[in-house]
Amino acid sequence: MSQPVVICRGVKKQFGNGGGAVQALRGIDVEINQGELFMLVGPSGCGKTTLISVIAGIINQTEGECRVLGESVSGMSSGDKAKFRARNLGFVFQAFNLLPALTAAENVALPLFILGESKKAAVTKAYDLLAQVGLKDRGKSLPAELSGGQQQRVAIARALIHEPKIIVCDEPTSAIDHVTGANVLEMMRTLSKDHGTTLIIVTHDNRIFPYADRMGEMDDGHIMAIHTPETTQGRHYA
Amino acid sequence: MIGVAIKMLMGDTGKYVGMIVGITFAALIMTQQPAILIGLLSRTYSLISDASYPDLWVMDPKVQAVDDVKPLQDTKLLRVRGIEGIRYAVPLYKGMLRARTPDGNFQNCSVIGLDDATLIGGPGNMVAGKLEDLRRADAVIIDVDGANKYLAQKLPDGTRVPLKVGDTLEINDKRAVLVGIARTTPTFGSLPLIYTTYKRTLAFAPQERLKLSFILAGLKPGVEAAPVIASINQYTGLTAYTAEQFKKVSVQYTIDNSGIVVSFGIVVMLGFIVGAATSGQVFYNFTQDNIKQFAALKAMGTSNGMLVKMVLAQAALVGISGWGIGIGLVSLLGLSIGPNGDFPFMMPWQVVALSGSGIVLIVIFAALLSIRKVVTLEPGVVFK
Ligand SMILES: Nc1ncnc2c1ncn2[C@@H]1O[C@H](COP(=O)(O)OP(=O)(O)OP(=O)(O)O)[C@@H](O)[C@H]1O
Ligand SMILES: [Mg+2]
Repeated sequence: MSQPVVICRGVKKQFGNGGGAVQALRGIDVEINQGELFMLVGPSGCGKTTLISVIAGIINQTEGECRVLGESVSGMSSGDKAKFRARNLGFVFQAFNLLPALTAAENVALPLFILGESKKAAVTKAYDLLAQVGLKDRGKSLPAELSGGQQQRVAIARALIHEPKIIVCDEPTSAIDHVTGANVLEMMRTLSKDHGTTLIIVTHDNRIFPYADRMGEMDDGHIMAIHTPETTQGRHYA
Repeated sequence: MIGVAIKMLMGDTGKYVGMIVGITFAALIMTQQPAILIGLLSRTYSLISDASYPDLWVMDPKVQAVDDVKPLQDTKLLRVRGIEGIRYAVPLYKGMLRARTPDGNFQNCSVIGLDDATLIGGPGNMVAGKLEDLRRADAVIIDVDGANKYLAQKLPDGTRVPLKVGDTLEINDKRAVLVGIARTTPTFGSLPLIYTTYKRTLAFAPQERLKLSFILAGLKPGVEAAPVIASINQYTGLTAYTAEQFKKVSVQYTIDNSGIVVSFGIVVMLGFIVGAATSGQVFYNFTQDNIKQFAALKAMGTSNGMLVKMVLAQAALVGISGWGIGIGLVSLLGLSIGPNGDFPFMMPWQVVALSGSGIVLIVIFAALLSIRKVVTLEPGVVFK
């Protein structure tokens, strides 16, 4: 087994205070290894999004520690967190993935723009990535001119372009049909294996479960069990 | 990333155009209204502008503006001539008289009586005839508008026959012969302007006891105005101004006594407020509508500093475009009516700077609301 890139110990997250407080995470202990495809599943409201937000340094946990690539992100200033995300993390969101006014190539190049690379170099590299997701000749298209599956492939190219160590995805297939979803997962898996990238994917979509190396089953702010492919076949969590 | 910000803005065509229209409107009002105001105010000293020759205007100490005539005794003229440093001092009559046009109508006119010998203070820009022709018997010079409009003969069918050199008219029942037409700066009150000689005004207005309205004085070469002004005041009890000072005093008088600046100021403020409110609102809506995009950029590691720059770039683009179009439209307007048209209009750089600063304020105001929104934005919303 490779070494863990994410180590969470006793992570708790509470939203709000007093009577209206919500305990979204109630003590998470988990390790995610380099290069693996780790899925997070569980019923709505169980804390999946909250957990990947903590791991990605987008929100701070209330208690416990989460070390990502050896660093404790919650202790960083907001500027350092932004830099850390820009350099080390890729994102695939469920919706509002792409900026509608930018072409596919420009959308893919965004992480490089954020890192301050020149437009020309960034766009050239974006075309490489678009070729890898099979959209070589759609670089000049606007997102609205692409199908849902094509948009999600653009998003995957974007998540990979700056060669991040970790890619987090929240419901990457919920806006597309299942066949396309399976193709998208297949592609993510192949590309991340090629690049040695760790994938953390939140999903309800049981048809993509087989692509997981390991799967964390969450309920009510806890990780109840960690499954491996042998135990996940045919199970339904959503 | 600035390029990304600009594309985001242009991608939302409706709001982009809406904001530019708002800023253009504000820029238009904030440029055109002050330009009209300055044009109007400059008309309060038309006579001073057109009589560019004299160095000093000498008058009764109670005079507050060039239109506010307080007659002097003729003996004052000699006393001013006696002051050290004065090269010449000549009389100027300025009054209102009734003229009778060839078709028998009466019209009030502004009458200027110039020193018979020198004709100092006369109009510089003659369209027909010569200033010297005033020395002929009963001669008068009339301004272009007077000749073409106010004093022109009206035919029964409504058409006007402009006065031309050689025509006669009556001023206070005395015969007057038109010997020239002058292009003059339009005046505040838009009365026809009649130039004649000082002596002839005695004949035109015999009932007025004192004719001397102003004394126009020239300085000896190399003599400073200030000490001479002080001596005039000391030895004659009169007040003297340089032409520039007298213009300022006259404008100030209008400002103090007419409320004109306040009414124009209110319109400019309204333009500013309406422009700020509409563009600020639309700009904020734009940010609000694109908040998921900003959140995605933030989640992906765009720093707050960069997001602020992006919002500022968006606001600046809108501001510059709107302001440019506004200034362009006002300039076109200015060009189309010309510098001496019927419509008062003057656009010195200060007016452009004023509207520019106004737009900068609007842009900053609009951007601040959005910047606050973007900086406090929780990137977590991208997962919602
Ligand atoms: N910003 C927030 N403020 C208050 N409560 C929140 C906030 N974000 C999440 N919660 C609450 O925390 C709990 C966990 O939310 P979370 O979004 O992590 O669930 P989830 O497992 O991703 O659900 P879903 O499958 O529906 O996306 C929920 O009860 C939710 O209402
Ligand atoms: Mg969720």
